Amino acid sequence: MTATDTHRAIDAVWRIESARIIAGLARIVRDVGLAEELAQDALVAALEQWPNSGIPDNPGAWLMAAAKHRAIDRLRRSKLLERKHGEIGRELQTRQEMAVADFDTAIDNDIEDDLLRLVFTACHPVLSSEARVALTLRLLGGLTTDEIARAFLVPEPTIAQRIVRAKRTLADARVPFELPRGSDRAARLSSVLEVIYLVFNEGYTATAGGDWIRPALCEDALRLGRILAELATNEPEVHGLVALMEIQASRSTARVGPSGEPILLLEQDRSRWDQLLIRRGLAALERAEKLGGDRGPYALQAAIAACHARAHTPEQTDWARIVALYEALAQLTPSPIIELNRAVALAMAFGPAAGLELIDTLASEPSLKSYHLLPSVRGDFLFKLGHLAEAQVEFERAASLTRNARERELLLGRAQACAEAQPRPRLH
Amino acid sequence: MMLVKHAQDQGQPPKELMEAIAKLSEEAVKSGTLVGSGGLSPMATSTRVRLSHGQVAALDGPFSEAKEVVGGFAIFDLKSKQEAVEGALRFMELHRKHWPGWEGETEVRQIFGPEDFPPHK
Repeated sequence: MTATDTHRAIDAVWRIESARIIAGLARIVRDVGLAEELAQDALVAALEQWPNSGIPDNPGAWLMAAAKHRAIDRLRRSKLLERKHGEIGRELQTRQEMAVADFDTAIDNDIEDDLLRLVFTACHPVLSSEARVALTLRLLGGLTTDEIARAFLVPEPTIAQRIVRAKRTLADARVPFELPRGSDRAARLSSVLEVIYLVFNEGYTATAGGDWIRPALCEDALRLGRILAELATNEPEVHGLVALMEIQASRSTARVGPSGEPILLLEQDRSRWDQLLIRRGLAALERAEKLGGDRGPYALQAAIAACHARAHTPEQTDWARIVALYEALAQLTPSPIIELNRAVALAMAFGPAAGLELIDTLASEPSLKSYHLLPSVRGDFLFKLGHLAEAQVEFERAASLTRNARERELLLGRAQACAEAQPRPRLH
Repeated sequence: MMLVKHAQDQGQPPKELMEAIAKLSEEAVKSGTLVGSGGLSPMATSTRVRLSHGQVAALDGPFSEAKEVVGGFAIFDLKSKQEAVEGALRFMELHRKHWPGWEGETEVRQIFGPEDFPPHK
């Protein structure tokens, strides 16, 4: 095995094992940032030693043992430090109270609970949502700062700083490495789900940059969601979110055309939808429903996605059911965006005039003022009703509002089609 | 995708191996990487539908000439080929440990995704 091969193998091992190692260490040292540093140190040791010694039989255990030794060193040193500080009469606060002897047993037990604790800590509300995303991808997804930076199209130092600050915030706020209980749990879980879905959406509908999809982010989010589904098996909304992501991901090949342009749901070649992912999505939705969670926001969105997934042709879509699901969703989490989607479903179920009626009540909505999908959808209704001149104005407006280059092309294309289809003024 | 190939008629795998494989799969499910998998029934029950010399014909097994058969498959969502190879190494290691004398291979093949069809710019 060449050195390059070994490095690649180490990358792979790291990807597989890092979250478990960090989670196990965090429980001992009670500090996520420190746990990550220790795990990183172990990785550096592997990079130094494995090219010569060869890859050990159980690389995960090797990394864990190396990290443990470093943790024990740190604990000893900080205890020593503590004593010295005690001698000069100063008080040193330390979070590292657990005795070294407990280390081995603690590390092997309840690794799954540790992982769950790590998820909750990385997605703690004390952190900004950007920080939660970066930290979650770093600690749970095993991504390097460089990979995260590339995925979000920001400079690497920005992400590195974001992660450093996030770790410091967690330490300063003395966020305990614990599983939230009672009434706190639901709010904390929803913060976790939000982070995962944010990552997924950033990959699925890239809000910036030249590409419509960044598949790596979708995969990272899916992987995180699947991990969470096995850690928190009794939480219906976790399965709802996984169902939603699996079904949306099933369309990723079909929603980009040969020139990288977006293809909207109803125009997609459904034979290109990934049936394996659809099956997994429907199974996850069933799991959510069996747990009595079919009315949660993610499960409702998954149920809507499932309506599309079950229809072999666009005409087979159960639009009336989709309208009802959007109504339920709007009651749960009232939002103009949901109303906009409901307008689309209404138009499909009962004709564009019905959709237009609803969408016109949203025109004055301040939060939608610069949202490109409002004029885009309104333009579509007007187009279908034959009001081409008005439709053209709406498509052009939508094109001027979107930040995505591919989407802008699509909208300008539709505006152009409206212009061409209009009867030209007669010349005398 | 991983395809496990081995000689025909190797008999039933030992219980320890099946348990170890179950544990490995469980870990892969928990790490969010195992998307689907299956073991395949013996060649004796299979049928080959073949196009040859312009003729399509269905031929029932067993097929005595087959030296190696696909015994099972698994589909993973992974970041890199190396990660897949690492998984295959662990899988084969279990065979070495629990089924002395068994020989075979795990073939790691990538399933194309949307990123493998870059837009024609």
